[in-house]
Amino acid sequence: MKRRSIFLTTSATLGFIFLYAPMIALVVYSFNKSKLVTVWGGWSLKWYGELFRNEQIIDAALLSFKIAFISASVAVILGTMAGFVLSRFGRFRGKMVLSGWISAPLVMPEVITGLSLLLLFVAMEGMFGWPSGRGTGTIIIAHVTFCMAYVAVIVQSRLSQLDETLEEAAMDLGAKPSSLFFLITMPLIMPAIISGWLLSFTLSLDDLVIASFVSGPGNSTLPMVIFSKVRLGVSPEVNALATLMIAVVAIGVIGAMYQMRRQSKLLATEE
Amino acid sequence: MSTPTGSAWVDGSGSRLTKFNFIRRVNWGRLSVVSVPTLWLAIFFFIPFLVVFKISLSESAIAVPPYTSLLEWDLEESYLNLKLNLGNYLYLFEDTFYIDAYLSSIKIAGISTVFTLLIAFPIAYMIARSKPSARGLLLALVILPFWTSFLLRVYAWMGFLKKNGLINEFLLGAGIIDQPLIMLQTDFAVYIGIVYTYLPFMVLPLYSALEKMDMTLLEAAEDLGSRPATSFFLITVPMAMPGIIAGCMLVFIPAVGEFVIPSLLGGSDTLMIGRVLWDEFFLNRDWPMASAVAIVMLIVLVLPIMLIRNSQGKEEAI
Amino acid sequence: MTSTQNIEQHGVAPVSSEAAVNLPLWKQDGAKPFLQIENVTKKFGEFTAVDNISLDIYKNELFCLLGGSGSGKSTLLRMLAGFESPTSGRIIVDGVDMAGIPPWKRPINMMFQSYALFPHLTVEQNVAFGLKREGLDRSEVKQRVAKMLDMVQLGHLGKRKPSQLSGGQRQRVALARSLVKRPKLLLLDEPLGALDKKLREETQFELINIQEELGVTFVVVTHDQEEAMTLATRIGVMNHGVIVQTAEPHDVYEYPNSRFVAEFVGSVNLFEGKVIEDQPDSVRIKSKDAGAILYVNHGISCAPNQKVHVALRPEKARISKQKPDQTENCIKGIVEEIAYMGSLSVYRVRLTSGKEVRITQPNITRGAGERLTWNDEVYLFWDVDSSVVLTS
Repeated sequence: MKRRSIFLTTSATLGFIFLYAPMIALVVYSFNKSKLVTVWGGWSLKWYGELFRNEQIIDAALLSFKIAFISASVAVILGTMAGFVLSRFGRFRGKMVLSGWISAPLVMPEVITGLSLLLLFVAMEGMFGWPSGRGTGTIIIAHVTFCMAYVAVIVQSRLSQLDETLEEAAMDLGAKPSSLFFLITMPLIMPAIISGWLLSFTLSLDDLVIASFVSGPGNSTLPMVIFSKVRLGVSPEVNALATLMIAVVAIGVIGAMYQMRRQSKLLATEE
Repeated sequence: MSTPTGSAWVDGSGSRLTKFNFIRRVNWGRLSVVSVPTLWLAIFFFIPFLVVFKISLSESAIAVPPYTSLLEWDLEESYLNLKLNLGNYLYLFEDTFYIDAYLSSIKIAGISTVFTLLIAFPIAYMIARSKPSARGLLLALVILPFWTSFLLRVYAWMGFLKKNGLINEFLLGAGIIDQPLIMLQTDFAVYIGIVYTYLPFMVLPLYSALEKMDMTLLEAAEDLGSRPATSFFLITVPMAMPGIIAGCMLVFIPAVGEFVIPSLLGGSDTLMIGRVLWDEFFLNRDWPMASAVAIVMLIVLVLPIMLIRNSQGKEEAI
Repeated sequence: MTSTQNIEQHGVAPVSSEAAVNLPLWKQDGAKPFLQIENVTKKFGEFTAVDNISLDIYKNELFCLLGGSGSGKSTLLRMLAGFESPTSGRIIVDGVDMAGIPPWKRPINMMFQSYALFPHLTVEQNVAFGLKREGLDRSEVKQRVAKMLDMVQLGHLGKRKPSQLSGGQRQRVALARSLVKRPKLLLLDEPLGALDKKLREETQFELINIQEELGVTFVVVTHDQEEAMTLATRIGVMNHGVIVQTAEPHDVYEYPNSRFVAEFVGSVNLFEGKVIEDQPDSVRIKSKDAGAILYVNHGISCAPNQKVHVALRPEKARISKQKPDQTENCIKGIVEEIAYMGSLSVYRVRLTSGKEVRITQPNITRGAGERLTWNDEVYLFWDVDSSVVLTS
C-alpha cells in the first residue's frame, strides 16, 4: 500500500513539473536582458517596454479583447439556453439533433470548423450579400458558435447536479416558468454561467486557426500576430506577453479560489 | 399520445411530466428558447458542412470565390446543368501524399493519446485519492495552464527543445551529452506538444470516473486474494473505462486535425492533415481540394466521435 | 458441538444428555482459541482507535463485536482482514501470526458493509473472482460457484449484473463471494445493515444456518444490539476502543457489567444509591433516586458507603394500582404517559422522588383487567433477582 502511494506521488509530481516547467522558464526568460533568448544576460524589464511600444501587438490585443468580450457575452446567452433546454425540457423532438450539434464543436478539429465557416460566409455573401466581406463580425460569429458549446456543457452539468425540488417548490408557490427561471434557476447556476463566460473569453482570446480562416485583411487578432512572430523563432517580446497573460490568469484563479475558500469558511462558521 | 400538430418542437412526447412541458400546447416562450440556439447551430455549424461538401465537388478556378459552381443555367439550351466533380476525391486517393498525411496524423495523434493517458492516469488517480479538501486545489493546478494561451504554451516548448534551448544546455552542462540533441522540428516535439496541451482534457474525465469509484472494491479484491497490480487491471481500469474512453477521444480527435503544434514544433517532414488542409487553402488557394480533405477527415473521425457521443449518452442515461 | 451451542443460544431444550458435558469451547478450560487477539492497539496519529484489546475467539463461533460508531469495532475488523496493521500487539489465526501477511494472502475473507460487489462483473464472475485468483482450473471454479450460488438461492441469477439485483439478493451475492473461498475466518461488517426490517429477520436465521452448515468461524461487526442478540454465540461490547464486556447474549442483557453496557444493550432504568448493607449474597442500597431502599440478592465487592447504580430493565417490574404484598423493591409513582405498542404497553411513571422511569408490560389480555390511565397513582415492584447492581 505504502509503496504504491510513493509511486503515485512521484509520478503525479513529475506530471505537475511537466505541466509547469515550460511556463516557469518562459516567465524567467521574459526578464532576460540578453536578446539571445537562451543566454542569460541579467534581469531586465526591457522586453516589457518593447512590448508596449509595439503598436502591431497592442492593436491586435485590443481587437482580440473586443472580440472575446462580445463573443463570450453572446455565447453565454445562447449556451445557457441550450444547456437549459437539454437538461430541463424533458424529451422533445429534435433533442438528439441539438445535443449532437452542441457537443460536436468541442472535439471538431479547428481547421474543419474554420474552413466550413469561411465557405459558409462566402456562399452567403454570394447569395444574400451578407456578410459583406469578412472581419470582426465573422470572427465573432465563429467564436460564439464554438464557445456556446462549452457554455452549454458547463450549464448542463451544473443543472443536473441541482436539486430539482427547489424549482418544484418555486412552482408550488406560484412561480410561472419564465419567472421560475429568472428568480430561481439562474441565480443557482450563476457560478456555471460566470465560468462559462470566462472560459469563452479565454477560448476566443486564444483562437488562432478559426480566426485565421474567417478574418479579413487588416483584421489580425493577437494570436495571429504572435503566430507570425514565433514562427520565425523564439522572441523575447512574446515571452513578456506570455508572462503578462500568465500573471493575469494566476491572479484571477487565486482570487476565485480565495473567494470560494472564504465562502466555504463562512458556511462552516454558520453551521 | 395525442399531441396537437404544429408543436413539433415543443410537445413533450415523453410520458414523464417535466417542469417545463406539462402544458401540452404551443408555448411560444418554450418554442423560442428551444429554437434560438438550435437555429444558430443549424446555420453556423451544420449548414457549413453541407457547403464544404458541395464545394468539395466543384472545381478549382481562378475567380472570386475560387471555385466553380455546381449548378449552372445554360441560357442557350435553357436547362439546369449539374456538374459534379469527383476529381478532388479521386486525386486524394491517387496521390499517396494525402493518404500518408492521414495515416501519419492518426499515428501521431494515437501515440500522443497513449502517452497522455499514461501521464494523466497517475495524476487523476492521485487527485481522486487525496483528501477532499485538497482535491479542488490539485484540480485547479491541472486546469490552470489551460486558461493561459494554448499558442503560448506550445511556444514555451520551442524555447525548451531547440538546439541551444534549456534542455540541451542542461544536458550539455551536466556532461550527459556532448552534442546537442535535435529535438525541435521532429515528431518527438509534436508528441510532447500534444501531450502537454491536451493533458487537462485527459485528466478531468479520468478524475471524474476514478472519483466515483468505491475504494472498498479494491479492498474487496485484495481480500479475495488479488494482488494490488492485478486489482488495478481487473477493477480500477474497468471502473475508469468511461473516463478513459472520453479522455482518449477528447485528445485524439482534435489532435488528428492539429495545425499549430506540427507547424511550430514539427519539422518540414512532419506530415499532418491539418497542416495539409491549411496549406491547400492558404498557399495553393485550392478551396475545393481543401474541402475534400476536410470531408475525408470528418469521415475518418466519425467513428471516434460516435464513440464519445455514446459514452456521454450512457452517463446521461444513468 | 455446533448444535449444542445453538441450542444454548436459542434456549431450546437440549435433546440429548451430552449437552451438559459438551460445554461451549469458551467455557472449557484449556481449549485452544482459533483467533487470538493479543494486546492489539491501533493509533491514527494521536487518536487511539483500538486500545490494547485482547480477545480469544474459538472455532465455529459467531462472535459479534457490538458498539456505536467510533467505538473501534470496524478498525479491529479491518486489522483482522489486513487492511490496517496494528500499532502494537499480535493477531494470530489458527496458530499463525498474521503480522506482515497482506490481505490477499490471508485465509480470511470479509463481507463488506457496502457489499463492494464489482459492478462491471456478473454475479457469477463476482463469486468466481476469488477462486480465479487462486489459480484453480476452470471446471472447478465453475462447479464451486454454482454450488455456492445454489446455497444462497441465487442459482438462476448468475448472469445478472449487481445493479439488476435487489438489496437482499446483493447481500447474498456478497456472502457467497466471501464464503466460496472457504475461508477459515469470515468477517462481516454490518451484514444486515442495508436491509429492511422484515428481510433482516429472515436473513439473520439464514446466516446462522449457513454458518452452522459450513462450520466457518464468523466475526460480525454491528451497531444493532438486536442483530447481535439473535446472531451471536458471544458478544463483545466495545466502547472507545476497548471491549467493555465479553459474554453470551443472555448474560450481556441480564448481567451487564457496567452502566455503559446496561444502557447500550436494551433500555434500562438506573437508580443511584449508596450501599448500606453488604452481605456475601445480597446487598441493600439506599437510593434517593428511587426514594426507597432497594434489595438485590447477589453479592458485590465494594467498599462500605460506595456509590453504586441499580439497573432495572423496563420489563422486569410490574405495575399496579393495588399495593402489593412485598415491602422491598416497591416504589410509588404517578403515570405520566402511556404508549400502546400492540404486544406491550410502555408506561412513563414519575416517582415521588421526581425521577422518571420507563416500565413495559405485556398486554396479556385483550381488554379486561386493570386499566391504567394518566395520573393514576401506581406501585412499581419487582423481584429481588430482577435488578442488577453496577459499580462502574
